[in-house]
Amino acid sequence: MENRSLVSINDLSREKILSLLETAGKFEENPNRRLLAGKVIGSLFFEPSTRTRLSFETAANRLGARVIGFSDAATSSASKGETLKDTIMMVSNYADLIVMRHHLEGAARYASEISPCPVINAGDGANQHPSQTMLDLYSILKTQGTLENLHIHLVGDLKYGRTIHSLLYAMRHFNPTFHFISPEELHMPEEYRIFCRENNIPFTETTEFNEEIIAEADILYMTRVQRERFSDLMEYEKVKNCYRLTNAMLANSKPNLRILHPLPRVNEIAYDVDDNPKAYYFQQAQNGLYVREALICDVLGIDVE
Amino acid sequence: MNTNKEALQVSALCNGTVIDHIPADKLFAVVNLLDIPSMTTNVTIGYNLKSRKLGTKGLIKVADKFFTDEEVNRISLVAPNVVLNTIRDYQVVEKREVKMLDEIAGFVKCPNPKCVTNNEPMSTLFHLVDKESGTIKCHYCEKETNIENITLL
Repeated sequence: MENRSLVSINDLSREKILSLLETAGKFEENPNRRLLAGKVIGSLFFEPSTRTRLSFETAANRLGARVIGFSDAATSSASKGETLKDTIMMVSNYADLIVMRHHLEGAARYASEISPCPVINAGDGANQHPSQTMLDLYSILKTQGTLENLHIHLVGDLKYGRTIHSLLYAMRHFNPTFHFISPEELHMPEEYRIFCRENNIPFTETTEFNEEIIAEADILYMTRVQRERFSDLMEYEKVKNCYRLTNAMLANSKPNLRILHPLPRVNEIAYDVDDNPKAYYFQQAQNGLYVREALICDVLGIDVE
Repeated sequence: MNTNKEALQVSALCNGTVIDHIPADKLFAVVNLLDIPSMTTNVTIGYNLKSRKLGTKGLIKVADKFFTDEEVNRISLVAPNVVLNTIRDYQVVEKREVKMLDEIAGFVKCPNPKCVTNNEPMSTLFHLVDKESGTIKCHYCEKETNIENITLL
């Protein structure tokens, strides 16, 4: 049987992405569809991730499936030294689908190769988190009406930000223009700049984050600048508030601008932005539910009317 | 033939394989890649031999051993221009050049300590991304690395 697992956003074609987003739209219209009645989903969270786990488990519940699993490796037999393979083989005896978060990079690919049932990657270390990317794409499509020809401003930690890198790869199908806005220490890694050049994706780079730069944006994708990423703490103190978005900075922004953030937010978006209709990060998280319902149905080969 | 003459400088081989034109500094990596230390037949290893092409080179002669393509192509990772001469009855009957593998399975360690292959009892797998620069990509953690920097398992 064809392995229908979802491991990496890079495995998805443009057509596949668009078809999944269309299915997600159907779930937004009606999220409660008992398409998975009688099915069991294994939710294996080898590292805690409350937001992602609740979203996947809610998706499973709204589809009528039952959920088994654990939310922390400490409560699984991984803490007794069981290998990932053995855990996967055991759970696949019980479940029709495995949703897995693991701290090791490549764990989801490996699980998908050994598991008799499909696997959805809910994050494998710093590597991939395809359901996050899909909900980012869904949010962009829904707020802009298209994924094509958009100016996307990526702000903050562009060096370690997994969501940023996956979004960049996924958008290659849709002719974007990127603007990279980050402190020197957290610049976009060279391999992604090479990727943009190879795919004829125009981009600009700056360390400035101000009203003028925001004025061009269709999407402002904010990320957290984390203290622990800096080797030089003096440098952190200097830049930590430079990438903070306030409501006043949105005065000249385009009417269609929407602000995205993978959450959790700390102080990079001021609270006064929350009431601006251009703030979209909470709805963005909600879109995760519809997207995950679509992904679950897709890997199980279930058509959604 | 020049290769034959050089081979004879070391010792004559009746049947087996002569691996020639190994850059001197890669000789021992090639020895390990071909698992020479576990062989029981007669093996001659030449180190820092004079070479017009390379300056100094390494050479390995293995009696009564004929390598498979898979074994041969392993060498491409460290020494892409190596030539293998198959010897039968003191004559070179075949010359083979190594080819860069598209997939490298099981003998290269992933440099990413957080990669699943370094933490689970499993095989590694890499894909060749760019032949010219020697860039390979881990099938699992998707990190790219250069073959100059690899560690063998």
